[in-house]
Amino acid sequence: MGPLLPNGIIPTEWDSLIAILIGLVFGFILESSGFSSSRKLAGVFYGYDFAVLKVFFTAALVALIGMYYMDYLGYMDLAQLYVHPTYLWGAIIGGIIMGVGFVSAGFCPGTSLCALAIGKIDAFAYVGGALIGIFIFSELFTLFQPLYDGTFLGNVTLMDTFDINPYWFVFIFTLIAILIFVISDLIRKRTKKQVYN
Amino acid sequence: MNIEKNNRTVYWNPYFGGFLLGILIILTFYITGRGLGATGALKSGVVAVVDAVAPTHAANNAYYSKFIPEEKSVLDSWLVFEAIGVILGAIISGGLSGRIAWKIQRSPKITNRRRLIFAIGGGILFGLGAQIARGCTSGAGLSGMSVLSTGGFITVISIFGAGYLAAYFFRKNWI
Repeated sequence: MGPLLPNGIIPTEWDSLIAILIGLVFGFILESSGFSSSRKLAGVFYGYDFAVLKVFFTAALVALIGMYYMDYLGYMDLAQLYVHPTYLWGAIIGGIIMGVGFVSAGFCPGTSLCALAIGKIDAFAYVGGALIGIFIFSELFTLFQPLYDGTFLGNVTLMDTFDINPYWFVFIFTLIAILIFVISDLIRKRTKKQVYN
Repeated sequence: MNIEKNNRTVYWNPYFGGFLLGILIILTFYITGRGLGATGALKSGVVAVVDAVAPTHAANNAYYSKFIPEEKSVLDSWLVFEAIGVILGAIISGGLSGRIAWKIQRSPKITNRRRLIFAIGGGILFGLGAQIARGCTSGAGLSGMSVLSTGGFITVISIFGAGYLAAYFFRKNWI
């Protein structure tokens, strides 16, 4: 039963090779979906290209539904999976800062690595900037620490926080996503096209 | 020539790409018990450089020291190998579609200099924000949402919310 590495079904010596292979597929999918193009990515904020929204939410939903099925069928124990921890204000303020960075540069870190790989010089600039940002945070860590370590709610899921049924949530989330996809297409048709590659 | 030029802008259908990415996330959780990430590798890079240049400083800093393992190299981490894979995967995909070329991609309305300044500035903000939120669009967003993490959802809403609110001020760069 999965997860395989934590349960010792695959020995940990395979860890690094698996990491490279998973990364390879990740990079291939992102690049093939057009995520090495900052102008395509930024389109989500101006209504001329919603690829980010579509890829991102489709992926999250496929993963969610798939993993709940695997848990239901007994192939994987969801309770053993790592849940990204919730530090309330850190998540909000960090997210806001990232949002401004996203619309300024048109990249997030994963997509910038793909763009850098195919020779985009602006992606090298972006990655350099991200390294500087991480360096600033680390050097000023004592200043950021109250925010970084504060308002810790645990490794909680939406079921813990709002006491909702996960199956209903996934079902409603799927309907909302489909609605958003339809609306995004309507918006794109009314927006002036941008030419880029 | 014309075909080659057109080919560069033909990307996968976003739902197809999203579906495959979803399958990859399932596989990643199934094998490793954790999700994907991107900023983690950059953080390891920064920690490794600081640790090499000023080891005492790194050991005394409460943040760097969290990520310096006793018995192995800072760079010997899952996320670093994953990031190397991401770069290789993108080279293969870009290479197959003829998209590999040195260039600064920008709107025709702005200069290269402006594009690079905003790219560096955006990078600084994203690097900083990703540390505060303990993850970026991959680690907190995609992987967090896939296991219904409350923090993951909050971070995604904050990223897109702030992006839409700030979009007006950056419009010259894109439209």
